[in-house]
Amino acid sequence: MTEQIHPLPNSIPASATVPRGFAGYVRKVLAIVGKDIATEIRTKEMISAMFVFSLLIIFIFNFTFDLRAENLQTVAPGVLWVAIAFAGMLGLSRSFVLERDRGVLDGLLLAPVDRSAIYFGKMIGNVLFISLVELFILPIFVILFNQAAATLPLLCGVVILGTIGFASVGTLFSAMAVHTRAREVMLPIMLFPVIVPLLLAAVRLTSAILDNTPLAEVSHWLALLIAFDAIFIAASFMLFEYVVEE
Amino acid sequence: MIQIRNLTKAFGSRVVLRGVDLTINEGDFVTLMGANGAGKTTLLHIIATLSKPTGGSVSISGYNTADSATELRRFIGLVSHKTLLYDDLTADQNLRFYARLYDAPHPSARIELLLKQVGLWGRQHDPVRTYSRGMQQRLAIARAMLHNPPLLLLDEPDTGLDQHAADRLNELLTAVGADQRTILMTTHNLERGLSLGNRVVILAKGKIAYEAQRQDVTVAEVRERYFQYVTAN
Repeated sequence: MTEQIHPLPNSIPASATVPRGFAGYVRKVLAIVGKDIATEIRTKEMISAMFVFSLLIIFIFNFTFDLRAENLQTVAPGVLWVAIAFAGMLGLSRSFVLERDRGVLDGLLLAPVDRSAIYFGKMIGNVLFISLVELFILPIFVILFNQAAATLPLLCGVVILGTIGFASVGTLFSAMAVHTRAREVMLPIMLFPVIVPLLLAAVRLTSAILDNTPLAEVSHWLALLIAFDAIFIAASFMLFEYVVEE
Repeated sequence: MIQIRNLTKAFGSRVVLRGVDLTINEGDFVTLMGANGAGKTTLLHIIATLSKPTGGSVSISGYNTADSATELRRFIGLVSHKTLLYDDLTADQNLRFYARLYDAPHPSARIELLLKQVGLWGRQHDPVRTYSRGMQQRLAIARAMLHNPPLLLLDEPDTGLDQHAADRLNELLTAVGADQRTILMTTHNLERGLSLGNRVVILAKGKIAYEAQRQDVTVAEVRERYFQYVTAN
């Protein structure tokens, strides 16, 4: 390979340790997101599994519960978040498992990319995939549980906030679980206790939306949800490097 | 270029590297041999900044890998027995992804050049899972060379290759080595390793057991030393 576009450096120049800036950081985050999207477009493994599983949960709960009107309003928010949480778990468990099992995680770690950029790239990808599934199951949920279509915009807002929090901590735990032997079991065992506050807040807010309760009366749950997202994004950003290093 | 001083690495109570001292000069092609479990891959991973040492230090051109890991990775390429390629993506997609991670300049031209040099131009839009093992390893070399690294680390790159593919890999590595690149290669194939490198190092029980310049030794001498340390291990 004697033809070179650039001369081979004989030694590492002094400028080697100059940081490349925020724009470069964002480019790498987007490169990782783009790679995950391209892989998912080809395989459709994650989204199809999440979609079918969440649909099954909604249908099974819809058929098994006594569906009188007063029961619907009580049960519906919980059913929605059970579907999102368990389907999201499927997606999260594949997030790093595929990288690890196919031996490509080292490729990411070898690159001159801050570890936090890998975290954000994977997290944004997880948010996108889970959100795409939610985009389809929310209308189905609204129809099956006889909810007003007008609730959809606010529902989407709560679902997005909940998904961000779920994916932020789930991406970190997925990276942790991938190093364990019983990784499919470890991830839900580690994740579910931590996301209890998020699920509580999300279910209460969903219930308020479906009941047309003024949001001012449930603002504390909204504050909890936003605080959960902010805290766990920050914590995961700081801890991710230690999780992936050997 | 690489200074390794009293390097130790332990995984829990299992000590893998027990005080490795090694200097690799610019332009050296070092063949690193040793028994399975001697610590060759661990040593390469530490140099590649994939793993942190438990003790001692590794510096590349004066930069400590523990302090400057992210930036040093711009100057290191790694080819291992794992290809580090995404099977479901095409060769072109894989290389474009890594080109973005490494900020490789002129990526399209660079990718075309590399794919032609490794003999995969024309198959760049096929998913990597449709490639043979030999083709995947050639693509892995292209991936490692995207950013034109002055330091190339090769961890048993001929694993799983048939004779023809291994010979082709040899040709590529000979061409790479001719660019005055610094190369550290681990292998179990003594003849191949000695034909490529200008230095030979044997790692045994986590330490450097033997070092020699290629021109000062014969294949038979190295083979005798190698089996001496492998059987003792």
